[in-house]
Amino acid sequence: MKMTGAKIVIESLHKEGTEVVFGYPGGAIMNVYDEIYKQNHFQHILTRHEQAAIHAADGYARATGKVGVAIVTSGPGFTNAVTGLATAYMDSIPMVVISGQVPTQIIGTDGFQEIDAVGISRPCTKHNYLVKDVKDLPRVFKEAFHIASTGRPGPVHIDIPKDATINEADFVYPKEVYLPTYKPTTKGNKKQLKKALDALKKSKKPLIYIGGGAVLSNCAHEIRELAKRCNIPAVETLMARGVMGHDNPLLFGMLGMHGEYAANMAAYETDLLISLGARFDDRVTGRLDEFAKGAQVIHIDIDPASIDKLVKPDFPIVGDLKNVLESMLEALKEIELIDYTSWVKELTEYQQKEPLRYNESEDGAIKPQWVIEEVGHILGNRAVVSTDVGQHQMWAAQFYPFSYPRQFITSGGLGTMGFGLPAAMGVARGMKDKVSVNFTGDGSILMNIQELLTCTEYELPVINIVLNNNYLGMVRQWQTLFYENRLSETDLSIQPDFTKLVEAFGGRGYKVHTKEDFKIALKDAVESKKVCMIEVIVDRLENVLPMVPNGHALNEMTLLGDE
Amino acid sequence: MNNFNHYYDSEEIRRVVSVIVLNEDNVLSRIVGLFSARGYNIDSLTVAPIPQSEYSRITIVTNGDRRIIDQIVKQLNKLIPVLKVNEHQNMIEKDTVLIKFPIDQDISNIDVIARAYHGSIQNVTEDAIFVSATDSPSRVANFITVMQKFQPLEIVRSGVVAMER
Ligand SMILES: Cc1ncc(C[n+]2csc(CCOP(=O)(O)OP(=O)(O)O)c2C)c(N)n1
Repeated sequence: MKMTGAKIVIESLHKEGTEVVFGYPGGAIMNVYDEIYKQNHFQHILTRHEQAAIHAADGYARATGKVGVAIVTSGPGFTNAVTGLATAYMDSIPMVVISGQVPTQIIGTDGFQEIDAVGISRPCTKHNYLVKDVKDLPRVFKEAFHIASTGRPGPVHIDIPKDATINEADFVYPKEVYLPTYKPTTKGNKKQLKKALDALKKSKKPLIYIGGGAVLSNCAHEIRELAKRCNIPAVETLMARGVMGHDNPLLFGMLGMHGEYAANMAAYETDLLISLGARFDDRVTGRLDEFAKGAQVIHIDIDPASIDKLVKPDFPIVGDLKNVLESMLEALKEIELIDYTSWVKELTEYQQKEPLRYNESEDGAIKPQWVIEEVGHILGNRAVVSTDVGQHQMWAAQFYPFSYPRQFITSGGLGTMGFGLPAAMGVARGMKDKVSVNFTGDGSILMNIQELLTCTEYELPVINIVLNNNYLGMVRQWQTLFYENRLSETDLSIQPDFTKLVEAFGGRGYKVHTKEDFKIALKDAVESKKVCMIEVIVDRLENVLPMVPNGHALNEMTLLGDE
Repeated sequence: MNNFNHYYDSEEIRRVVSVIVLNEDNVLSRIVGLFSARGYNIDSLTVAPIPQSEYSRITIVTNGDRRIIDQIVKQLNKLIPVLKVNEHQNMIEKDTVLIKFPIDQDISNIDVIARAYHGSIQNVTEDAIFVSATDSPSRVANFITVMQKFQPLEIVRSGVVAMER
């Protein structure tokens, strides 16, 4: 059957099972929008900024595990989308982003709203396409969804010139992809696995180091099983929060720059680091030449380029984590391991000696950590938690009791302020039976504040909790600690009236100074089923601790009370 | 036992890497973009379609320590249109140079030296002599040095092509 390119776009999305698309129209993409108007396969959510459309699709993908989809127009529409692409790329999030382009005949002439979109998106996507011929559209869509969601996932960008949306072609959606050059390895090498297990037999202090890949590979069950069966302690990166579950006795918390003392000491003292879908990010390792210094390393990752990039593992295993862990659990049935009780005990003692904690303030100001804990008490597993970037993000990672993977949605690799609200919107759309909570700062929230309106229009009841410290807190913390307190451009004393702001966008606002008021506000916000903003006035000068200063080893932590 | 230490400061090596890629739009910019984005070096680069196939061969001469070379190979392999990446160990390497001299230079000497480098005079016009030579890259470099004394007007090198023995 002959169809226009625009119609083919719609049908292809339908074939891929797309249920929601986030986007923003414009000249070059109007034919596609005209077809969106006529169809009822999926919902289109009009965000108020293209960056937000991409983050929303991203949040939706992170929370549901499905491929997120966004559509933008050419030129400024596309350039607005770039931050979203880069954010998703750094965290390996499966997404397909479609952009309009000027007609083929105009490409290269500096036409109205023309930009070299595939040139710009190349370094921040897993793959991209400029589809000049309408005949290629079905194949490209099939490939794009496949590439986005297999191997190490990532965003794929499809740029479509306007004429390719008008021209017609037969629509036959391919059943299979034919990509002879793309064949991700999924099964781990058996011999290598055996060697790794031999090393485990000899290890006295093994440590499971869990990264974001564990979330992407949906293998929390296998990891918990591995830890439990062998009694091996585990630590999580920021991106892996929730994999072990906060109440798991074998979890010693998050490691890294703002990691827990016990977790960082575990990484310092282990003799066998079992890295599962983690990539040795510098925020995690601290000084690399001191990281897990005495340890042999088993590195399991789907991306061969992650292996050997920063660390030379003794036992590299390329494959899908879930597959490899299944084989590992199978093989472990026949292996006698050392009893690690004393190692677990050692870490438990570290944890008791130096638990994550904070001091109550002397003047009664609310501590930001308390807010996170309180939301954890009240909403616990009912909430999916998104964040922006800054101190509040680290406190959320430290103090929220995460119980399952995909419960914590945060921009780890790129650290994108402005991510939280739109991502939480995607979460609200994808996880209707959960409460979508966004912890944000007084700086970050203003970066995509316009999305409150999208929440109102589409009844996405995101609860934004603004931890207002009147500063760009995380930068202020560095200035205090490393720049002799020269607070260059981080004072946010001049502020909007947040309550009025959210009300202007059709939501509910609360400004709270006391713990009691906070509890009341949160209850009311959850019941309102509206987009809300709870502005909590918190202790202005609170720092995120522990902290490993830049360039230091993980055992050189600044702890609470050492400042 | 320390995995993290010695790894950075291993010695610089020169490597010839050939990349077999699908002939499609943008593919060369993907390759070059990867090198520039990750701060890898390209000393030379040649590209041509592989006869009777939908692929092209890109030959890249690069340098870096062991870790960088490994990453180059892996990161190239990750690109979707890349079929195969070969880090050559035992290969035949060829580089071609074209040199233009003013007509008043000593043609017979130029010709003799060129032949010593598997080259010859290709063309003579009213005001210039053209010489080409094809040889291993280091010999081509040598040839260029030797030819300096004939005041060359222009020197053009092709970049390296390589084939595994
Ligand atoms: C788009 C963007 N710009 C700048 C930064 C640098 N940055 C990191 S944290 C931070 C401060 C965030 O302040 P706020 O949102 O108020 O959160 P707080 O740290 O106070 O919790 C800044 C400016 C960033 N991560 N992203």
